[in-house]
Amino acid sequence: MRMMKKFFGVLAMATVVATVTAGCGGGEKSVSTDGSTSMEKVIGALGEAFMENNKGVSFTYNPTGSGTGITAVSEGTCDIGLSSRALKAAEKESGLEETVLAYDGIALVVNPNNPVTDMNVETIAKIYTGEIKNWKEVGGNDAEIVLIGREAGSGTRDGFESITGTKEKCAYRQELTSTGDVITTVSQNPDAIGYASLASVKSTVKVVTVDGVIPSEETIKNGSYVIQRPFVFVTKKDKKLSKTAQSFFDWALSKEANEYIKKAGAVPAN
Amino acid sequence: MKRRKTLETVIHGVFLAAGLITIAFVLMITIYLIIAGIPAIREIGLSSFLFGAKWESTANDPKFGILPFILTSIYGTAGAILIGTPIGFFSAVYLAKIAPKSVKRVVETAVSLLAGIPSVVYGLVGMLVLVPSIRKLFHVPDGASLLAAMIVLAVMVLPSIIKVSLTALAAVPKEYEEGSMALGATPVETYFKVSVPAAKSGIAAAVVLGVGRAIGEAMAVMMVSGNVPNMPSLFESVRFLTTAVASEMSYSSGLQRQALFSVALVLFVFIMLINATLNFLLKRQKEK
Repeated sequence: MRMMKKFFGVLAMATVVATVTAGCGGGEKSVSTDGSTSMEKVIGALGEAFMENNKGVSFTYNPTGSGTGITAVSEGTCDIGLSSRALKAAEKESGLEETVLAYDGIALVVNPNNPVTDMNVETIAKIYTGEIKNWKEVGGNDAEIVLIGREAGSGTRDGFESITGTKEKCAYRQELTSTGDVITTVSQNPDAIGYASLASVKSTVKVVTVDGVIPSEETIKNGSYVIQRPFVFVTKKDKKLSKTAQSFFDWALSKEANEYIKKAGAVPAN
Repeated sequence: MKRRKTLETVIHGVFLAAGLITIAFVLMITIYLIIAGIPAIREIGLSSFLFGAKWESTANDPKFGILPFILTSIYGTAGAILIGTPIGFFSAVYLAKIAPKSVKRVVETAVSLLAGIPSVVYGLVGMLVLVPSIRKLFHVPDGASLLAAMIVLAVMVLPSIIKVSLTALAAVPKEYEEGSMALGATPVETYFKVSVPAAKSGIAAAVVLGVGRAIGEAMAVMMVSGNVPNMPSLFESVRFLTTAVASEMSYSSGLQRQALFSVALVLFVFIMLINATLNFLLKRQKEK
């Protein structure tokens, strides 16, 4: 019986996903977006709110990845592309335009009893790849570093690993499935280090400064805190958006949308 | 008369429909799982799927070997049974034969309560109490490990083992025990040489039921085992078949998602085998 319940869950989930991913493109009263899986929460919240405010409009989001999203815009298969990295020069030259919607700041957290307070990106990368194994090498206690991370496919993990350049090289001790679990585990183990999106950090753990900069809305926005990346809307320079898509675009970048972006754990750009 | 007969037919129909719905669900899930699980196995190859030692589902060159999950599930379940069976078995013997009525009532209520605790609560307590204690007790850098999962599962299988063994022991005919005592055996000798052997297939069924419960558990295990796809080792972070599906499903796509269905299919086959064993044992007990 217990197994059955679980399979129902999976079944239901699969059905939902199939329905959600079914459409991109579409008619007049629709907005289709395609791209970064890390932006799922932000775009999901914005899309839902937008549909609620504008009855009869359909909003679709196809979570394919930043690269695919950018291609989709340039090929015209969706209205707005979503990218969790800035556009490359070549992409801009091909006639695409980026508009920063929000920033994703990732905080590094350690146990409050850990004497280490500051690190630089290089050290963080060395720690996560297993090159530095003991806290005393970075000025802490003589204890093995316990690396806490997120599961494969998580947006936070993808963000952290791509910013620190540790993709596929992290030697995790634990891969947890939620930010809450990461925070709880780090607060329980004096030798643990973990990462979480800034919005969900609690006072049970200590936030490490990176190059002396404490992550906050301000330091993320002005770029002085480096473990961050932009969430970008990608559009074509020479092609006007449909009326509905344009109104979504404008609304998402307005102050009104900020509360949804904040709720989804990101820092609004405007 | 005629009206009563129609009513009878209608009710008959309702019962039949209810029965058919249950069967339809079972069939639907089985067929869906087979259809969803086969493509990835075909693409990856059965032997490199089942016996591959590396699981890197989101790497540029992804690897889908689930041997670590299979072994972890087997080791974890075996460990839980090894810890849980003696405790469960002796409690059942005590409750069935030795305990005074009042004690029996209290303990039985406690066991039922234990069965009713949601698995996420087991996980939470494990995460906040057990994992830090293992870390301190064994001087390992982190307590989230196979051992933690074994202990949590052992507690979780206790109610199934105790309850089913208790029923089996209570069903032993009184004459057997009276006969044994009349021949001069002490009570304890009687319980272990007469009652337990007489109830042995029922007790075996209890253990198998415990195995089924342990191998299918996901939530509690996910919270205490660390979830890194390592080969199983007592103090290392490990990932079970169940947690492999549960932890990656929400963000998965493409072949990764299909492979997760295949993992679920493998788990399903395991559970089916366990159920078949259970049915076999229960049938044998009935025939006695």
